[in-house]
Amino acid sequence: MDLIQIASILGAALAVSFGAIGPALGEGRAVAAAMDAIARQPEAANTLSRTLFVGLAMIETMAIYCLVIALLLLFANPFVH
Amino acid sequence: MIASPLAATTLFHLGPVAITVPVATTWGIMLGLAGGSRLLTRRLALHPSTRQAALELAVDAIATQIRETMRADPAPYLPLIGTLFLFILTANWSSLLPGIEPPTAHLETDAALALIVFCAIPWFGIRTRGLRGYLGTFAEPSLLMVPLNLVETLTRTFSLLVRLFGNVMSGVFVIGIVLSLVGLLVPVPLMALELLTGAVQAYIFAVLAMVFISAVTVPPRPPDKESKAWT
Repeated sequence: MDLIQIASILGAALAVSFGAIGPALGEGRAVAAAMDAIARQPEAANTLSRTLFVGLAMIETMAIYCLVIALLLLFANPFVH
Repeated sequence: MIASPLAATTLFHLGPVAITVPVATTWGIMLGLAGGSRLLTRRLALHPSTRQAALELAVDAIATQIRETMRADPAPYLPLIGTLFLFILTANWSSLLPGIEPPTAHLETDAALALIVFCAIPWFGIRTRGLRGYLGTFAEPSLLMVPLNLVETLTRTFSLLVRLFGNVMSGVFVIGIVLSLVGLLVPVPLMALELLTGAVQAYIFAVLAMVFISAVTVPPRPPDKESKAWT
């Protein structure tokens, strides 16, 4: 196993682990804010939860990008033959 | 070594074109959906049978979602959005059948779906607002935003494709890894979670397609009410 492979595996692990921190914090804040809003105004729960879902999908995309980068490093690495 | 999630196995060759497993699964799902719809709508009556009432309930639920999200008459969007939602949902849940891998877990299927949305946005935009009106949406808050809006049309299509691919593929991948470690009963809760993810992702794909389309079809707002939410 040469240096490029070791670096790729490390890079993939780092990408997923650190890339998950930001979206996790962001999603937590978003859900907490939505819960607060629903508790204050239960009749708006429909609109709120739809907007929340779309927003969560947007935030989650960041983590998915990191996952895709990790997979590219592991399975489609241009530097490994 | 686990098989790469970016590669697809070739099933057979149709002339020079290689038919892969996801393509064949997609054809199966298309056949099932189209044939099922044809069978279910064969004898429509004014006084609906149980079957027709259930069908109307489903169509009406989708139409209500479109009306609430887009704030517009759902009729022109119902065929596209409804088909996208039903196809992605069926594709995501097709992993329930043993031996079948969801076609949405492969990059190519998701790219095709995102391309449909990418082409539908100018189509609906030009149809409702005319060519000038549609091109005007690129300069919407101000003329300075034109390059940013042009880049956005590409990046949001890309994120649509990567989001669906990443979510479905990671679910399939995790189940595969757990199956290779412990075979009995342990993957069942993960598979249940995967069903939830599949439904949510189908819903999100449809909602985002609606949001993108309604961004180019709604008439421009008067400039004093800019702080309105976007859904």
